[in-house]
Amino acid sequence: MASQTLQSVPAEGTPGRQEISAEEAARHEAEGQAYFDRVMAEDSRIEPRDWMPAAYRKTLIRQISQHAHSEIIGMQPEANWISRAPSLKRKAILMAKVQDEAGHGLYLYSAAETLGQPRDQMMQDLMDGKAKYSSIFNYPARTWADMGAIGWMVDGAAIANQVPLCRASFGPYGRAMVRVCKEESFHQRQGFEILLELSHGTPEQKQMAQEAVNRWYAPALMMFGPPDDDSPNSKQSMAWNIKRFSNDELRNRFVGMMMEQVKVLDLTLPDKDIRFNEETKKWEHGPLDWDEFHEVLKGRGPCNAQRLERRREAHENGTWVREAAAAYAAKQAKKQAEEEAA
Amino acid sequence: MSTPETTTQETETETTGHGDISVGVTTAGTSGDATASATRITPGNALRPEDIALAVSRGTAKPTEDVAEFALRLGDDALILAQRLGHWISRAPELEEDIALGNIALDQLGHARSFLSYAGGLNGKSEDELAYFRSEDEFRSVELFEQPNGDFAVTIARQFVVSYYQFELYRRLTQSADATLAGIAAKAVKEVDYHRDHSAQWVLRLALGTDESRRKMIHGFKVIWPYVDELFADDDLTARLAAAGAAVEPSSLRADFDRLTGEVLAEAELEVPQVPAALGGGRRGKHSEHLGYMLAEMQVLARQHPGASW
Repeated sequence: MASQTLQSVPAEGTPGRQEISAEEAARHEAEGQAYFDRVMAEDSRIEPRDWMPAAYRKTLIRQISQHAHSEIIGMQPEANWISRAPSLKRKAILMAKVQDEAGHGLYLYSAAETLGQPRDQMMQDLMDGKAKYSSIFNYPARTWADMGAIGWMVDGAAIANQVPLCRASFGPYGRAMVRVCKEESFHQRQGFEILLELSHGTPEQKQMAQEAVNRWYAPALMMFGPPDDDSPNSKQSMAWNIKRFSNDELRNRFVGMMMEQVKVLDLTLPDKDIRFNEETKKWEHGPLDWDEFHEVLKGRGPCNAQRLERRREAHENGTWVREAAAAYAAKQAKKQAEEEAA
Repeated sequence: MSTPETTTQETETETTGHGDISVGVTTAGTSGDATASATRITPGNALRPEDIALAVSRGTAKPTEDVAEFALRLGDDALILAQRLGHWISRAPELEEDIALGNIALDQLGHARSFLSYAGGLNGKSEDELAYFRSEDEFRSVELFEQPNGDFAVTIARQFVVSYYQFELYRRLTQSADATLAGIAAKAVKEVDYHRDHSAQWVLRLALGTDESRRKMIHGFKVIWPYVDELFADDDLTARLAAAGAAVEPSSLRADFDRLTGEVLAEAELEVPQVPAALGGGRRGKHSEHLGYMLAEMQVLARQHPGASW
């Protein structure tokens, strides 16, 4: 709906906006701000054609593109096991899952494009190391059980993070998240099922499952971002109805979910300090190594260089293909125009 | 091939109870008609590998020795191709192709699971026992399928040949006297029709895009074409199956294959490469050097934990 009128009422920063006088611009700005404030107060939705503050646009481009990059880089640790999946059914499920992630990347890049940022530019920023993606994908997927742990914990954390984003104030983002979340919940279930099968299998399989849970637990908890007192952007995002709950709140909720599910798995979480606080009625967990988090964020994780190099390699190897497709499309368009003229 | 044998009719009746194994056999169109969309099959009618495994374990579907060997051939072809294509996921030239090649790999894997589940019915083996616990010389795929991905043009050349071949084969198998083969083919032919469309579009784009892409497309066909003849080679098994109405002689597909691929190649201003055909031998377990590496990778984890369930 939004895209139909995108051209007719160009929003700030979109191409095609005509030169207007300073006075008109100021009036436009004031009206836009008033409309935006009303949308925020009503907890309603901003669409791409609507006026929005430059900082709101910038924040969304950053967040949505980071999210898209995380999907794309996140394909790698799992694609690593497609060729070795231990049964054909698991191979099919894993292929479908990694394919879903490419799809999520596409919806999200498309949502970000409605804000005026081209996909090529976002991809370039990723490859240049200018744009971030979820740090967790800089850890290696060493065993088959990691496919279970990633599905159960990493996708589980992603769902806890993303369900509230379905109500994000920016329409295209919220709508993309509805679809993403539906698929993510399948992903989490298949991860849980992998671990369940392993933990009730041979002793070697159970050990593989426990080790994977041990390795992914802390990185998964850190996916919610730094503690609230160290999260500078959170407050503004909450005021803009993009973010609905604080990092710690979501993290604690997630710990509670895992504590229930790990019992069914007959495995343990590598954290002796998890407890339900009767006073606050919230789950609490032990200390996390935020130094490691920041190190990985700065590029010093186990797989940062590998992940980016793989993305660059795929992109560069594909250059001639994309050029061919563009050249062919241009030739076809020209041919059609000539035929119509004749 | 239009007269089903008594035994297969029983199979057909028995299997309709769960998953309706025969749906599509009589109604499947020959090509690209509006009802032929793979995505429009309702879940209740889609033939899943699990349905076949169940029918086989209940004894309601059992292949003859010849049909089992034939199903093994087609299953191995599809499995080896799925293994090759799966490598593109996260490495494709653009996101849309990660998805498209992933989808084609998934389709092929689905066909492989169905054919292998059925083939295993002869001796009570599961799809996984066949996929993970056979060695190189027990695989029955032809060499085309194990050819390395190469660059995108090589992969497209392989896809182009495979999809036009599989389409002609599955289209005919929908009329097989063996109800299970016909059921698998009815589902597969609709999917392979999309694979034809995908590969033909890329052949045109690459051949008529830039000088570089044209050069690579020509090279891709040159690399792949030596393995085309093996697809259409008849042998004693296919002769017996054709006589029984369960399958067709591969050579009988050649004219349609040549005509339809020729149309696309002509539009792409390409010639059929004049290259000597490789000797082949995959149907008898004589493979190229590539298959061993593929199986080593595919089977490693399953073989580390024999008897384990996943």
